[in-house]
Amino acid sequence: MIKRVGPPLAVLVVGLALVELYVRARGTPIYLVPRPSQVLDTLIAERGYLASALWTTAKAGLIGFALSALLGMAIAVGLASSVWVRRAFAPYTIFFQTVPIIAIAPMLSIWLSPGLKAVAACAFIVSVFPVIANTLAGLLATDAALLDLFRLYGASRTATMFRLRLPAALPSVFTGLQVAAGLAVIGTVVAEFLVGELGEEQGLGVVIVSASHNGHSDRVFAAVLLASALGLAMLGAVGFARRAVLANWHAPARE
Amino acid sequence: MTGCSVKLEGVRHVFPNGVIALAAMDLEVAAGEFLAILGPSGCGKSTLLRIVAGLERPSAGRVVVGENRTKHGVAYVFQDAHLLPWRTVLNNAALPLELQGVERARRNEVAAEVLAKVGLGDALDRYPAQLSGGMRMRVSLARAMVTEPALLLLDEPFAALDEITRQRLDEQLRELWRARGMTVIFVTHSTGEAVFLAERAVVMSPRPGRIVADHRISLPAARTGELRATAEFAQQTRSIYEALDRGAA
Repeated sequence: MIKRVGPPLAVLVVGLALVELYVRARGTPIYLVPRPSQVLDTLIAERGYLASALWTTAKAGLIGFALSALLGMAIAVGLASSVWVRRAFAPYTIFFQTVPIIAIAPMLSIWLSPGLKAVAACAFIVSVFPVIANTLAGLLATDAALLDLFRLYGASRTATMFRLRLPAALPSVFTGLQVAAGLAVIGTVVAEFLVGELGEEQGLGVVIVSASHNGHSDRVFAAVLLASALGLAMLGAVGFARRAVLANWHAPARE
Repeated sequence: MTGCSVKLEGVRHVFPNGVIALAAMDLEVAAGEFLAILGPSGCGKSTLLRIVAGLERPSAGRVVVGENRTKHGVAYVFQDAHLLPWRTVLNNAALPLELQGVERARRNEVAAEVLAKVGLGDALDRYPAQLSGGMRMRVSLARAMVTEPALLLLDEPFAALDEITRQRLDEQLRELWRARGMTVIFVTHSTGEAVFLAERAVVMSPRPGRIVADHRISLPAARTGELRATAEFAQQTRSIYEALDRGAA
């Protein structure tokens, strides 16, 4: 434990100390660069305000991610079920990958009303493509011998999909979910810049925008830290689920 | 359960890329016979087996399995175990019954019984990743046997295993065959394995595959490891080896 956590922790502490010393020595004003100690002070002093913003962002991020996971897998299963469906629809899934979210966020907020719904929709659009792409790749890479085996015993297409192809694709599905978890948080914060709810229920994205307008770089960094922590926590949760689900697939787990 | 006969008449198979896998093949396998098919790599042995299983349609010719091919009477064992890594040994072996809609209690009972026969009675709850190669292959063999197939097709099933494990599995397969009486078609490129297991061995030529020798193996029905050391065994192995050599020339 010490061996694994020690080195990166040491790098962090030394790095922050150097920034602290540099900013103090240069006398850089706070609206340009905050001292790490100021960021820490802000995190503690404004914990109620920041925690509420974190919760708003987390809600939207989790809803967006959950939609990506469920719909992304469902879309991939649909695409994998027939060559014709795949030929007809697969090109359009790339839309999710290429759509400029900044451009369509205002439309989403008109359709869905600004706030949680529009923000979660943005998080979904930004994070669904890796789930579709990875799940589909996994579904199309099923062991040919096992497909033969299922055919030999007269298994239906549904049975083959849900008892063979989808479970066999789980490692790829999790790869997609891990990418999606990070993207969902980024998508949420960006969406909050554009169409986030103001006032009581404002998320980290709104906090970042208003703090930077007001020259509170300490608060900007505090909010950015919390957004990163949220992304890490979601990634960690997906990683944990992956290890739990795939625990029996491999010989006694080694990292 | 007894075996069913297999009859191939003028079976020819051409791959989509134009390569002729099988020239005109005629082959008759009696009900309950243990047939070994030998031949050099790429001679169309696997294609032949897939055609008999109904997994591939021949380009020409006719395949008759039993009176009418009841799909569920056919089982197939691949070169590698091909187990589902997310299922326990028991649930892997019970898979064919599950796909046929047999209820859980019944299918688990049958699978556990067959697994005990191949020496895996105390590994039911383990996962494939926790098993050795030989144990995985035995699960694969048990999976093929749970439906009590009338025809068992094996495509070089033990080729990747070490010699000792392979011999033990050959003995278990032979026991299963003696007890159940199904028809077995066993593809291999080991003459010793063919002689030990089968009642009859056919030798195929390099591609396009056709049968160049048909050899009856006259050895006692009860075969144990000691048989491999006898002069008769060596004699049988040599005559098949010579047929293989002639075919390859």
